Amino acid sequence: MEWLIGRLSLEYLPTDPATIGAAIGMPLGALVVAGLLTYYKKWTWLWKNWLTSLDAKKIGVMYIVVALLMLIRGVADAFMVRSHTAMVGVDGEGLFDADMFQQVFTAHGTIMIFFVAMGLMFGLINVVLPLMIGARDVAFPWLNSVSFWLFFAGMILNNIALVIGGFSSAGWLGYPPLTGLEYSPGPGVDYWIWSLQIAGVGSLLSGINFFVTIIKKRAPGMTLMKMPIFSWSVLVTTVLIIISFPLLTATLALLSLDRLMDMNIFTSYLGGNPMLYVNLIWAWGHPEVYILVLPAFGIYSEIVATFARKKLFGYATMVAALVAIMFLSFLVWLHHFFTMGAGANVNAFFGIMTMVIAIPTGVKIFNWLFTMYRGQIRFTSPFIWFLCFVFTFTIGGVTGVMMAVPALDYQVHNTLFLVAHFHNTIIGGVVFGFMAGITYWFPKIFGFRLNERLGKYAAYLWQLGFIVAFAPLYTLGLMGAVRRLDTYDDPTWTPLFIVSGIGVMIIGAGIALQVLQFVVSIWQRKQNLDTTGDPWDGRTLEWSVPSPAPEYNFAITPTVSRRDEWWYAKQETIRRPHKSEYVDIHLPQNNSMGLYIGLASLVAGFAIVWHMWWLVILCVVAIIAMVIMRTMDDNTEFTITGEELFELDSKRFTAGKAKA
Amino acid sequence: MSAHVMGERESTARFGFWLYLLSDVMIFGALFATFMILRGGTAGGPTDADIIEPFPVLLQTLALLASSFTVAVAVLAARAGKLQTMKLYLWATFLLGATFLGLELAEFINLVGEGHSWRESAFLSSFFALVGTHGLHITIGLLWLVVWLAYYQKRGMNDGMQRRLGLFALFWHFLDIIWIWLFTIVYMFGVGV
Amino acid sequence: MKKQTRTPWRAPLIVSLITVGLFALGWWLVDDLYMPVLQPSGAIADQQLTLLIFTVVLSAVVVLPVFVMLVVFALRYREGNTRAKYTPEWSENKWLELVWWGIPIAIIVVLSVVTYLTSHSLDPYRAIESDNQTLEVQVVALQWKWLFIYPELGVATVNDLVIPVDRPVHFSLSADAPMSAFWVPALGSQIYSMNSMSSQLNLIADEAGTFQGYNTNINGEGYAEMTFEVNAVPDEEFAAWSEERSESGHVLDRAHYAELAQPSTMPDPMYMRLADTELYQYIVMKNMMNHSADDSDSATMDAMQHGGAH
Repeated sequence: MEWLIGRLSLEYLPTDPATIGAAIGMPLGALVVAGLLTYYKKWTWLWKNWLTSLDAKKIGVMYIVVALLMLIRGVADAFMVRSHTAMVGVDGEGLFDADMFQQVFTAHGTIMIFFVAMGLMFGLINVVLPLMIGARDVAFPWLNSVSFWLFFAGMILNNIALVIGGFSSAGWLGYPPLTGLEYSPGPGVDYWIWSLQIAGVGSLLSGINFFVTIIKKRAPGMTLMKMPIFSWSVLVTTVLIIISFPLLTATLALLSLDRLMDMNIFTSYLGGNPMLYVNLIWAWGHPEVYILVLPAFGIYSEIVATFARKKLFGYATMVAALVAIMFLSFLVWLHHFFTMGAGANVNAFFGIMTMVIAIPTGVKIFNWLFTMYRGQIRFTSPFIWFLCFVFTFTIGGVTGVMMAVPALDYQVHNTLFLVAHFHNTIIGGVVFGFMAGITYWFPKIFGFRLNERLGKYAAYLWQLGFIVAFAPLYTLGLMGAVRRLDTYDDPTWTPLFIVSGIGVMIIGAGIALQVLQFVVSIWQRKQNLDTTGDPWDGRTLEWSVPSPAPEYNFAITPTVSRRDEWWYAKQETIRRPHKSEYVDIHLPQNNSMGLYIGLASLVAGFAIVWHMWWLVILCVVAIIAMVIMRTMDDNTEFTITGEELFELDSKRFTAGKAKA
Repeated sequence: MSAHVMGERESTARFGFWLYLLSDVMIFGALFATFMILRGGTAGGPTDADIIEPFPVLLQTLALLASSFTVAVAVLAARAGKLQTMKLYLWATFLLGATFLGLELAEFINLVGEGHSWRESAFLSSFFALVGTHGLHITIGLLWLVVWLAYYQKRGMNDGMQRRLGLFALFWHFLDIIWIWLFTIVYMFGVGV
Repeated sequence: MKKQTRTPWRAPLIVSLITVGLFALGWWLVDDLYMPVLQPSGAIADQQLTLLIFTVVLSAVVVLPVFVMLVVFALRYREGNTRAKYTPEWSENKWLELVWWGIPIAIIVVLSVVTYLTSHSLDPYRAIESDNQTLEVQVVALQWKWLFIYPELGVATVNDLVIPVDRPVHFSLSADAPMSAFWVPALGSQIYSMNSMSSQLNLIADEAGTFQGYNTNINGEGYAEMTFEVNAVPDEEFAAWSEERSESGHVLDRAHYAELAQPSTMPDPMYMRLADTELYQYIVMKNMMNHSADDSDSATMDAMQHGGAH
């Protein structure tokens, strides 16, 4: 049997009530969805319009849907972590045993970064970037679908760990030697490695794809310095991805060589060096933080300008700040482990570099504030998210500067103070930004706006919940509470943990309102229809096309002569193009190969975790075969003729007239 | 489809491929760094000077350099429409690449046979990881070449095949450059040149 | 649309007021809690507290204006406020931009100088200047307990660190477990302890008392229970304690150490007589060599003393 199923056996089925619930619940949920799809005969629709689509907008929506589902799981994990620590203080028992508790926070961190933040980021980039730069598509549409399906496969593999085998219990960055064979022989760490490895390769491919898209596919006349600032933030982020994600791939590969082939690279035996791992993983890990936050900065920039009805202040400075952050983000990784005790000069260098990053970041905040100055601000829900961001992120910045001083970091590192700090920046910076972006661009994809009132309430609840959840953690850190503790003796900690748990519940209520917001908005979509294509009085090209944006994005490739092209263009009379101006265009055909490659990667990942080598080989051969078939295929596109386009586009003008 | 669209596509694909190579440089960068840091981690086992045999490595290097030359000739021939020459030089490339890979495998088998496997010390682990990753790339390159030739047999030459051949050549030159680094850092420093 | 211009700015204001209220409430609630980081009992932690206050105050120079501008601009330039100016094209001003590049740069320059100086003055490897003699303690992180060895006194303890008040303590730290970290918030500075390495830390207690010590880096299942007590006692009491301990109790030799190193948690402290004064060196070296595990090569040992990176 062992050659067939490796080390898989029934004893790996979950025994913990919470995990059994999830292990039964998740497949059951999938079954219900499958049942509904069958009942309403929606399988073909799903397959043709979504799963096999190479339209970047649709791929983007799929990213966002997956990421939002994972957000719910991640917040549920957070809630369990905080409930456990609160209950331990009360009854000494809590919800879990130590190992299970450690699995839960490891899963929380991994899922939130890789499958929520990264997913929302790639989702929004896919949805809006080509539209924003006047492109019809991304540079490599099929590769884009491969990226998504690898992301999806990584996500599924991560969740399978719940059903069989359990997840890593070594924290989200899994330092060896704890993650080495000696201390973690089970499948948990392997799940962690391979779900990140698969998703990480997808991210790398996406990074390359969007970098090429921005460089090569901009509309005629759109020089780099005429690009919307969000495109700049994506350009910088993709550079970071292309340079840093290979480091993650290499590091995880080396760690798995230690585990699978008995190597001694990161072990503490026979000359191995765990410190090397810590350096390598943070050489990826720190740029990763900026990979997430820079696009969010880009979103804020678009939102402030739009809702203040004013040109973005200091465009050139904003670009300079982005590029400065890009370079600096590679010079700070050591600040994650000042306490390793490198020399004072080394620590001081990395500390100072870290603080230097605060300068361009601060400049960006001032530029946003002065975009508001003498504007006409509309307090829409995206703008509310922005206000919450400035408040929360700035506090995160202050605690960040504190921790950047090595001598001070020695007193707060790896405590709950640190935990509160990075949530300040990641929730305040990244999550708020992506929520704002989803609300802002939703009508462009679906043709109607989200309910404003519910959106605002959700933002307020997130903000309040955030304060209630994390202010106690800062306090606990100063009281000596270390992160990742499943149990503690000090009874004075308990009330603070309880308050923090209440904060998570308030955030949970905010998320519930967001779910309600989607439901209500879909229900009442007729009231919020976007008939103009420009519901927010926007400034950039995506608002020049009808909503929902057509598959081909632009019937005629736009020409650009200035920043905020659409803002100025719509103040002039818009001429209806002559029929002869519509030329034939080529779009990618649907393709299912990306999905199958994702599926094969998922099976391969699962097979490696359980040491089913025959299956690994089979899947790898299948992947290679599929890549060969696809890359050797010359017939991958279909054509829309100029005449068809003229007809399709005429609706835009009749609808516009009717409104005028 | 117009020549203009095709040309643009060609340059987009090339640009994307260059970026992929850049990211691969980063992977090798991490492996080189690992190797250099763990070089001294021999744990009382053999050091680099103990395990390196200069002669086969020199042969490997010559084979790979020669294959870089043959693939360049093949691309030029393809552009000039001399398809027979192209085919000849591509097969030569394949044989040289296979020779390289064969010698590398022989080196590995030899080492393991003498009891110096990747398990023995951190130095040997990083050695096998670095050299093996390059070897894996060469294997993929050879596979790519064979697949290209098979499709060429079926389809003959066209713009798409031309483009793919160009990308392959880029990949192969890239592996050659990585090998020069590898040869210098692992082998030449190793024997103390 | 009309309704929107009238009221929407009130809700953010209310939320801001609630926020301020929550902070005030929180402040009042936590006022009498013991926060060792803010109420230090040692010279190192004391200096770190000063540093903490300094950075917060300095950051406030930038942060407070940001908050004020955020609220003022948002309210004043709300849509529908006809008294406010509207200049949709105004997007550049060299002087203003110079100001907000300049101010953060100035602050960071000051902070950088402080960072450089304190990185040296509070370097955990730096010996503390004192008229009193320095005590040497060797610390080994095990799964999941702390072994403290007093090589000069012939004493070893588990999970109970007894130190004399006002005497500098020099710690050498290693691990026979996944990477762990030693931290006593009341005294200051934590540091990682790693397999086959020996890191260093210098601390001093200014007052007698019992303080909590923690492991801050996850090292497996029993990680949370890997806490210890620090008992800072007057010098005479310390002398008496060490004398008593060096003459009685279990013996700690390599055999007993092997038993102790097995994974387990240990709620109650343990006290031992140190039979092997080279035990710490043995622990540091034992995983490094393949063929000759027991030959402690003193040159390699010296290299490792500096954590590799010094």
